[in-house]
Amino acid sequence: MRAATTSAILPGRGGVSGALSDALWRNPHILLVLLLGPPVLWLGIVYLGALFALLAQSFFSIDEFSGLITYEPTLKTYGELFQPSNLDIILRTVTMAAAVTLAAAVIGFPVAYYAARYAVGPWKALFYVGVLLPLWSSYLVKVYAWKLILAKEGILTWAFAKLHLVWLLDAWLALPVIGGNSLSVSYTGTFLVFLYVWLPFMILPTKAALERVPTAMLEASADLGATPAQTFRNVLFPLALPGIVAGSIFTFSLTLGDYIIPQIIGSSRLFIGQAVYAHQGTAGNIPLAAAFTVVPIMIMSLYLWAARRMGAFDAL
Amino acid sequence: MTTAVLLSKVSRHFGPVRAVDGVDLAVREGEFFAMLGPSGSGKTTCLRLIAGFEQPTSGHIEIFGETAEGVPPYRRNVNTVFQDYALFPHLNVIDNVAYGLMIRGVARAERARAAEETLALVKLPGYGARRPSQLSGGQRQRVALARALINQPKVLLLDEPLGALDLKLRENMQEELKALQKTLGVTFIFVTHDQGEALSMADRVAVFNDGRIMQIGTPQEIYQRPSSRFVADFVGSSNVLPPAFVQRAIGRAAWASLRPEAIQIVAADGHAATVRARSFLGGLTRLSLETQGQKLIALVPSNGGVPREGETVCISWKPEDLHVMEGEL
Repeated sequence: MRAATTSAILPGRGGVSGALSDALWRNPHILLVLLLGPPVLWLGIVYLGALFALLAQSFFSIDEFSGLITYEPTLKTYGELFQPSNLDIILRTVTMAAAVTLAAAVIGFPVAYYAARYAVGPWKALFYVGVLLPLWSSYLVKVYAWKLILAKEGILTWAFAKLHLVWLLDAWLALPVIGGNSLSVSYTGTFLVFLYVWLPFMILPTKAALERVPTAMLEASADLGATPAQTFRNVLFPLALPGIVAGSIFTFSLTLGDYIIPQIIGSSRLFIGQAVYAHQGTAGNIPLAAAFTVVPIMIMSLYLWAARRMGAFDAL
Repeated sequence: MTTAVLLSKVSRHFGPVRAVDGVDLAVREGEFFAMLGPSGSGKTTCLRLIAGFEQPTSGHIEIFGETAEGVPPYRRNVNTVFQDYALFPHLNVIDNVAYGLMIRGVARAERARAAEETLALVKLPGYGARRPSQLSGGQRQRVALARALINQPKVLLLDEPLGALDLKLRENMQEELKALQKTLGVTFIFVTHDQGEALSMADRVAVFNDGRIMQIGTPQEIYQRPSSRFVADFVGSSNVLPPAFVQRAIGRAAWASLRPEAIQIVAADGHAATVRARSFLGGLTRLSLETQGQKLIALVPSNGGVPREGETVCISWKPEDLHVMEGEL
């Protein structure tokens, strides 16, 4: 019997690490402070501090003659946001973000559903590679690749020609607003590239939410007389909604803030990100740039508030 | 008497696994029918075949005389109480219970009234506004029961509904379920691995093993006259006696079963047996005996002089208690 040779209380392990283990075990809050301190300081000072400094800037204004910043609190800069040209930028960006989010949700759901419910073994691996591989390659490479795909001489036009569907493409490009000379200089092109680049961010949270819906829940619905469509509407969709909302936060805010895609593909009209870039850079209008960055923050807050009110997080 | 559910030569294979293998079964209308068996014996798959969640690989299923193969679950007037209840977490209790009515397009006020009535039936009135997550296990079980009953099903299927409850609650619910079934007159098909539950509640029991039905009968028949070693062993802890032992006892070489409570300790004129172990169970004491190289379990009253370990006693049983299992020949 080994137990006979040991006492009920074991001796200390000795050394620095032994003493440290004992001390931290007796004072767990010290461990918490040690672990959380650095990241909280980083987030609090560097990240949130910078954000608040930026927000403070938005309440200053620029002197139109000297181009210098007047450090007096004013709402004049926010007033400038409501000038027709700036309002256009906001409206354009929000509409694009909403369209991209909606399309990503519609396209992403079946993919996520398949991955969550049916994919096993190699198919599951294929799903992850398929969804994640595009994220591993450079964003710029993908965007420029899309520019070639969408160009008038590109593969898409060629494919439409082979299928004798050029008339369809031309009819689409002839549409007002979303059309243009070619896909690569139209809003349709910007939309397609946004959709492609942000789609994984919608699929992954939706899949995670769908995986948490027990099969028995869907069976219970069918058992009580619901057709598959009714089960989708009354059980599956409400239970997956937190995941879809999480995904839409990504797709929506990423589209709101992006300034590279609309610069490379599209009609060269400004989006919020480009406006911020232009105002804080060449124009030197830091207050207006700061006011512009407040817009996505406000929109996202409103969006989350509305989603919460509509019960999107009830199933959490 | 109408047959509520009929399974004839029904099989359900999952690849090489024969979950249900040639099952013949006829459940009568208004009956409390239990499907008893160890886990993986095919009883739950059988229930799912009746509910429509699974389709048979071969064989024929009828529900009240109508063919059920190829009919989706939402077109069967059969409702299920799921093992883990499967309540909808995003709906409150009223909306959970009224789900079936909502699907059928019943107006909101009317279905709320019907849901309250059904909740009263399962003794859970006034809980309508709560979420399933705010209820205890026993309360969730009642909600699941109300949700399945509100559609007035022709057959109610219960998949181990009491498995997650603690002992006291389980005993209460057993009585309530039995009473509810009597009041409503609905056919109940109840899946359980707990033989005590099956014997105490059911009108008839089907004992499952390896995807097959080993025996169908009333609880008394199953308990007193098991047809095979498996049934004798699984339903209660019967002594299963090998042919050699039975040959010496009654002069016939066959497998037989002997209930522990049928063994009596007598003064003389019996088999000599040694007490190997004993454990006090309350009113009864459980003895592990050994006689002629055969181990026997006996349940004897605790009040009359119970022999101690190592003691040699004289045991006896009535000839009719030694039941020859014809299914094991």
